[in-house]
Amino acid sequence: MLQVSVYRYNPETDKAPYMQEFDIDTGGKDIMVLDVLALVKEQDVGMAYRRSCREGVCGSDGMNINGKNGLACITPLSDVVKNNKLVLRPLPGLPVIRDLVVDMSIFYKQYEKVQPYLQNDTPAPAIERLQSPEEREKLDGLYECILCACCSTACPSFWWNPDKFIGPAGLLQAYRFLADSRDTKTEDRLASLDDPFSVFRCRGIMNCVNVCPKGLNPTRAIGHIRNMLLQSGT
Amino acid sequence: MVTSVTNLSRSGLYDWMAQRVSAVLLAVYTLFLLGYVLLNPGMTYADWSGLFDQSWMRIFSLLTLVALSVHSWVGMWTISTDYLTPMALGKFATVARFLFQVVCGLAMFVLFVWGVQILWGI
Repeated sequence: MLQVSVYRYNPETDKAPYMQEFDIDTGGKDIMVLDVLALVKEQDVGMAYRRSCREGVCGSDGMNINGKNGLACITPLSDVVKNNKLVLRPLPGLPVIRDLVVDMSIFYKQYEKVQPYLQNDTPAPAIERLQSPEEREKLDGLYECILCACCSTACPSFWWNPDKFIGPAGLLQAYRFLADSRDTKTEDRLASLDDPFSVFRCRGIMNCVNVCPKGLNPTRAIGHIRNMLLQSGT
Repeated sequence: MVTSVTNLSRSGLYDWMAQRVSAVLLAVYTLFLLGYVLLNPGMTYADWSGLFDQSWMRIFSLLTLVALSVHSWVGMWTISTDYLTPMALGKFATVARFLFQVVCGLAMFVLFVWGVQILWGI
């Protein structure tokens, strides 16, 4: 039997959050953490968590698994369980709505700030805006982000200033559009990032890189943004 | 763009660069002094005083004092805006943060003036 400890909090009935213990029979199989949650829900139907695609594409089931943020659907027990114990908590730093469900409004607000869409003020071509293979290659490692928030909620700078620091997820997307050869708003984008919080609150501790379930590197993207600011400002 | 009026400049890039340039200066000065002490084992007060009598050493030391003020302001300001926030202190956060910054600013100014006095009095 796997010992599973789950963070529980229902603001309508609980005064404070608490950890609830479950004994789960995994049948000796190396199943995913999300499957364990389904078994927990069989024991307690009131247990709340988000899920959708169950294959690491939608980014719904980001949570803190044995102390490290990750996607429950693509995290096998063998990767995280030690001493037969699994501890599940909501993503740190965001307000809890219920159990493992967090309010991601502030995360999306930061994402919105970087204007994550292509802006081009030149006349639209007849068919499409072309890119060379080299220009397209620059977007690799950036466009794959699924906005699961594992990185930003693992970042102390985001914990302390979630309303001011854009966070690794938002900054990865900021660079995705700064690096795009089809975008013409580079100067405006850079100008909106040159304050002491938006980018420069990053201290480069690389928690984001450590937890990203897609293997992306927001710290490197932040470094590129810094270099672009440096080149335009010196 | 986040507005801030208490950081060193209004620009994140400027603060970032100032902190790095001042860090290099502080490191070079520290290594120089360490090296000087280690390479002069039987050093007397006259040697030490002679070193600080040189104009280049006074310029180097004054530059380091300025770098120390800049570096510590950027650092302490960052710490104050990380930890003295409404999330941690509620409605008293702004007052607490501002007072902390005033104390830090005052301490840095006192240390700077004191440093100049030492430098020109040695």
